[in-house]
Amino acid sequence: MSAREYRTASSAQGSLLVVQQAPNVAFGDQVLIRDHLNNLRNGQVIRTSEDEALIQVYEGTGDLDLENTWVRFLDQPLEINLSPEILGRIFNGIGKPKDNRPPILSNVRRNVNGSAINPAARTYPREFIQTGISSIDGLNSLVRGQKLPIFSASGLPHNRLAAQIVRQAKLVDQESSFSVVFAAMGVSYADARFFQEEFADSGVLGNVVMYINLADDPPVERLALPRVALTAAEYLAFDLDRHVLVVLTDMTNYAEALREVATAKGDVPSRKGYPGYLYSDLAEIYERSGRIKDRHGSVTLVPVVTMPSDDITHPIPDLTGYITEGQIVLSRELHNQGVYPPVFISPSLSRLMKDGIGKDDTREDHPRVANQLYAMYAKALETRNLAAIIGAEELSERDRRYLKFAEAFDSQFIGQGEDEDRSIIETLNLAWELLSMFPKDMLTRVSETDLAKYHRSDK
Amino acid sequence: MNRTDKQGTIREINGPILTIHLPGIRNGEQVKIGELGLFGEVIALKGETALVQSYESTEGVRPGERVNGLGRPLSVELGPGLLGSIFDGVQRPLDKVFLESGDHIGRGINLPALDRERNWHFTPEPDIEIGSTLSAGQLLGRVQESAIIQHRILVPPNLSGELLELAPEGEYRLDDPIGRLKLPDGKNHKLMLYQHWPVRTPRPYLRRDHGLSPLITGQRILDTFFPLLKGGKSAVPGPFGAGKTVVQQQIARWSNADIVIYVGCGERGNELVDVLETFPQLQDPYSGHKLMERTLLVANTSNMPVVAREASIYVGITMAEYYRDQGYDVVMLADSTSRWAEALREVSGRLGQMPVEDGYPAYLASRLAAFYERAGRVETRSCGKGSVTLIGAVSPPGGDFSEPVTAHTKEIIQTFWALSKELADARHYPAIDWVGSFSEHVATAAEWWHKEISPDWQHRRKQALGLLARDAELSRIVNLVGPEALSSAQRWELEGASLIKEGVLQQSALDPVDTFSSPEKQFLLLDMVLMIYDRGAELIELGISVQELTDLPLMAKARRAKQTFSSEQSDKIRALMEEFKQAFAKIRLEYAKFKEHAQ
Ligand SMILES: Nc1ncnc2c1ncn2[C@@H]1O[C@H](COP(=O)(O)OP(=O)(O)OP(=O)(O)O)[C@@H](O)[C@H]1O
Ligand SMILES: [Mg+2]
Repeated sequence: MSAREYRTASSAQGSLLVVQQAPNVAFGDQVLIRDHLNNLRNGQVIRTSEDEALIQVYEGTGDLDLENTWVRFLDQPLEINLSPEILGRIFNGIGKPKDNRPPILSNVRRNVNGSAINPAARTYPREFIQTGISSIDGLNSLVRGQKLPIFSASGLPHNRLAAQIVRQAKLVDQESSFSVVFAAMGVSYADARFFQEEFADSGVLGNVVMYINLADDPPVERLALPRVALTAAEYLAFDLDRHVLVVLTDMTNYAEALREVATAKGDVPSRKGYPGYLYSDLAEIYERSGRIKDRHGSVTLVPVVTMPSDDITHPIPDLTGYITEGQIVLSRELHNQGVYPPVFISPSLSRLMKDGIGKDDTREDHPRVANQLYAMYAKALETRNLAAIIGAEELSERDRRYLKFAEAFDSQFIGQGEDEDRSIIETLNLAWELLSMFPKDMLTRVSETDLAKYHRSDK
Repeated sequence: MNRTDKQGTIREINGPILTIHLPGIRNGEQVKIGELGLFGEVIALKGETALVQSYESTEGVRPGERVNGLGRPLSVELGPGLLGSIFDGVQRPLDKVFLESGDHIGRGINLPALDRERNWHFTPEPDIEIGSTLSAGQLLGRVQESAIIQHRILVPPNLSGELLELAPEGEYRLDDPIGRLKLPDGKNHKLMLYQHWPVRTPRPYLRRDHGLSPLITGQRILDTFFPLLKGGKSAVPGPFGAGKTVVQQQIARWSNADIVIYVGCGERGNELVDVLETFPQLQDPYSGHKLMERTLLVANTSNMPVVAREASIYVGITMAEYYRDQGYDVVMLADSTSRWAEALREVSGRLGQMPVEDGYPAYLASRLAAFYERAGRVETRSCGKGSVTLIGAVSPPGGDFSEPVTAHTKEIIQTFWALSKELADARHYPAIDWVGSFSEHVATAAEWWHKEISPDWQHRRKQALGLLARDAELSRIVNLVGPEALSSAQRWELEGASLIKEGVLQQSALDPVDTFSSPEKQFLLLDMVLMIYDRGAELIELGISVQELTDLPLMAKARRAKQTFSSEQSDKIRALMEEFKQAFAKIRLEYAKFKEHAQ
């Protein structure tokens, strides 16, 4: 670490600070800034030339005066110390303790920016995770190492759902649970509190590490936070062989912080003022999940994205969907009808489901049952729309059957208790109970063997 | 090349873009950057300074560090050993990178694309004589590269001269010279089993030729409804999750191409792993060999440096052209061209170029067109006809097809497979929307179908599209006034369209039987559902109720036929058609009796 302090700041605006006559500073360097009250702030070099460095200050430049600002370049990228002791602890966005306990001492130090996992080093995620939630397990199954976001909107119970997933997630027939990395960006104190209590109540606190940046904490810190959290997750997974579940909430706050900084830097905006590199930036975060050859652990990622004005085509959910391996979409309509969890299955998807379910993983009929439920529900929604126009009494008997199915499906299959932990077999049996509302001839997505075995008509 | 004499220093670093002081460097030249030895490329010159884009992260690099010019533009190695490999966006072999730097990709790794240790069995062409004049691109000899692909060793396309020496048949490594050429300027040139080619320069050929035969993909909606010719250009646009990657992977699996080059450009790591893990197991339905034997992957996943993403599709297409020059039919899949365009945008933004639409630079359209122009069927210099079929996925923000990349692409390509969110949400896969899609190749494809499969092909295809159009019309009426407003004949039309959708158009990539459909099976399924529709319509005209027909248990069989009968079981599909004919005849007879009775 260089001891030299520069007092050559020449401009400060928003989160950006320019320092002159600082020769040959490394790109990406960490910076310590001492202000007129001797308070320390942290920053990072985001542009550097032979005599000038542009610094992004995590805490912002508010209240700095150029005369009395001392800048020290640390000659290293942002790194954090890692040891098993991080479990049970709470840190801020740049990995400093936030729980009034001492910093982590360790000789394991990692650069939080990581570097891309070599695709040739990955193995395809295939192990089914049972969350106990039918709409996920039955229709949009999660597997170990997957990145599967929850697309939600303000006022919808995404936090409760995320907490339920964390509480219940396990491999079938195994009690071994996950280590949890909880990363909160710009969340309210109440939401952070909710998760803390959840973890405490279910007795998993000792297996959770939290990185928390509250709504009134410096926004720029949100840019580092998911990287710090994922560095910890990778350490737990690939150094300590744990299966790690990472909850990132709320990626919308992250992207907004990114937009703020990009605008200040003068980057060319693309859609809605977000910088063109939002896609790559998000990908750097999301792609850190996965499984790696010959490593026991895994990083499974559940980001929460609240869709601004419930709009799934807004750049943040849109670009997220282009990167992640599916999405669980919550619906305001179902929520208003009192359905919990209000998972709208039509736009929901799990791309990695195909290799995690079926004969050796869940049950042989699972892929076809999921397919059939989707087909029936799609038809039922069409019928519902029709009924809204012409009235249910105008419908044929066949069509009315679809309506009844949709109702039962929403209330019994999608809807379940917040503490209800259904096994995948229970979920599949429930699916057949609902499918049996239709005669066999109408169920062409399942096989004849499935029908003989599971259809309730002759039972 | 060892021309590291051009040396300069870094002045400024702005993310992946560096300003360097290096008089004499050429535009487009490759450079090695700083102590880490990162790879980069000069993208603009300004007096004695140059702007450089780095293919690797510049974290930790300082102004004042050195930069060396490498004396040539970004080039790829072309020779035996490409097939079965996975390369990054600038052709570094990722399996070797893995051995060198572990789970994560290290920086400044300098590994040749092709294996220098491996021995290849080279057989010179028998009719080549020492002392004769070899022309550019002439066939020198052969190497069996994989179980199915015979690699043809060609004189590099920019060289010709007198053959001074040619190695006898035997085992050679890539760095062993296999011949010597005296160039017109008197210099000697060593011929190797491999050659270099700059990726941004299209490889030459004798002349363009017309596409003649369709690329058979085994996917019904593609082959039967929106066919693509070998040597054609196609785009697959669609919102996230609609099925672009699945369409492309299905083509990689089942198409009747000789070589498949799959470029993962700014997409998911796991999608490449999926190919890497399954293709060595899967059998090519045409050759019976493992699919990996004809496949080559280029991976610049979304988390890899953006600048290398821009290069990756050129790296891919150059390798495609190289196999085309050997007389092969090559399919190149680029998933996704939007990520490539975004990489262009990113660099142009950092250069302060004026954005025109959605932040994209003015040259977006011309770059896209120039890229797609590298597809085509050609007469090669020495190996007969070869083709590059180019299929690009497009990922429009918000699924909006009017955005610049989709709009410009649409003007360039000949076949457009438009994916729809509505169909995907209803789990109608492949979610290719028959209204928004088009193919300019139908007439040419029809000749092939008529000759190989059935003279009824074009008629049936048209009839099916007609019924689907009627379906849309009638559904609008139903949604206004309810199903009661429809006549029996109209309701039967709806049923016919539903049979086409479920029995023909929908095709699960995950179903072991349905995943591939031979042209014959494709036609039989279509013929069957339309025969059911036609005969049913006759009965309904006689007065038989629609319900009597829809209630036939046989109808479920027609919908299931695609996954019940494999491509080898055409006879069973024909038998099912017979069953239908008999069932309908029986209904007709009973109805006639009933009527007679009633009178
Ligand atoms: N023909 C098909 N058969 C079965 N499932 C399909 C088919 N096509 C698409 N799917 C389903 O849709 C999912 C999404 O498809 P895919 O990954 O190809 O989407 P995409 O358009 O490439 O999305 P993105 O732009 O995000 O990469 C697949 O994981 C699969 O579950
Ligand atoms: Mg895709």
